[in-house]
Amino acid sequence: MALSQNEVLTGLAEIVNEETGIDTESVKMEKSFVDDLDIDSISMMTIVVNAEEKFSVKIPDDEVKNLITVGDAVNFITQAQG
Amino acid sequence: MQPTLNQYKTTQFSRIYSIGASRGDLVVTNDDVAGPIDSSDEWIRQRTGIITRRRASKDQSLMDMAVEASTQAIKRAGIDPQEIGAVIFSTISHPYQTPSAATMLAEKIGANPAPAFDISAACAGYCYGIAQADALVRSGVAKYVLVVGGEKLSDFIDPTDRSISFLLADGAGAAIVGPSDTPGISPTVWGSDGSKWESVSMTDSLLDFRDGLVSWPTLRQDGLTVFKWAVWEMVKVAKEALEVAGVKAEDLSALVTHQANIRIIDELVKQLQLPDNVVVARDIINTGNTSAASVPLAMDQILQDGLVKSGGLALQIGFGAGLAFAAQVVVLP
Repeated sequence: MALSQNEVLTGLAEIVNEETGIDTESVKMEKSFVDDLDIDSISMMTIVVNAEEKFSVKIPDDEVKNLITVGDAVNFITQAQG
Repeated sequence: MQPTLNQYKTTQFSRIYSIGASRGDLVVTNDDVAGPIDSSDEWIRQRTGIITRRRASKDQSLMDMAVEASTQAIKRAGIDPQEIGAVIFSTISHPYQTPSAATMLAEKIGANPAPAFDISAACAGYCYGIAQADALVRSGVAKYVLVVGGEKLSDFIDPTDRSISFLLADGAGAAIVGPSDTPGISPTVWGSDGSKWESVSMTDSLLDFRDGLVSWPTLRQDGLTVFKWAVWEMVKVAKEALEVAGVKAEDLSALVTHQANIRIIDELVKQLQLPDNVVVARDIINTGNTSAASVPLAMDQILQDGLVKSGGLALQIGFGAGLAFAAQVVVLP
């Protein structure tokens, strides 16, 4: 069953926390991965792969550069769940 | 009546007898390369793990490093160079299209008239070479095989390139493979994925350079695509290599991966769930990324530093341009 936006956000925050140690509370929809959370491109790719596995979705490499904010990623994943 | 052909008498097992190493004579710091890419020591350390990289001066050629590494490996193996039945040189930076680097190397180390040839499998090249050496020894074609991975990548870099040039370094690693009473090299898990041919490559062809259409071709990579492949696809390859070898991660003394980037190495360790007692080679910190040379250089470093003992098991895995990959479990010399 497809997860809600909130459920995806919670799951994504856990992945971000696991990769970077950033508090899950800080992973909010409006936060930018690079500018606010200071996540570099390599960590971002690790987060993407873990998200693909956790949510059973495919996030193409070309799409990753469009995922600027946490909300971008949550929306992409929510829609990709179809 | 037609005679029955003779074929080589096969040998059951092979092993690596010794490793030899040679690194570029210059120690190049992050500060030395940071300027043209508008970067810093801290940024490079965080993204790659590299503190210094070894590069060869103008006076030190790829062949010089290959000869030094090979001579050391031959000496450590305690064999006569004339007993070498094949010389395999893996390189992408030999500056002549032909003849091969291997034939010159064979002559310089006293292995003439051994069959000698180069292979082009980039960062997977040394592990490709070990696979071929294992087959040549066990099939009875050669008693001893010299496998060399060597690069002078500094001839093919662009100081202003932010994708790969600042990682790259120069060096050569060599191994002697020969017959053994017990199994010393597992079946190799190897392959390629040409659908990602362009993700690590030269900027342009030599023909376009000849015609004045482009400047001197240098190496480039799509770092994120390569990172993703190098971790999550290579984890599968590493696990398969363990499986076909009949060993488990906890049986390993060491993991020796291609030294591409410490972030790849660390993520591989995490994904493989390696126990803490497995020594992980991190030669990239002081040597940089030497493509085909990186696996033997990294193995030599953990052996020379006494971090692992002869007889232990090491999973070695090379991966890179092609994209090509190869992994096998070997008994440490």
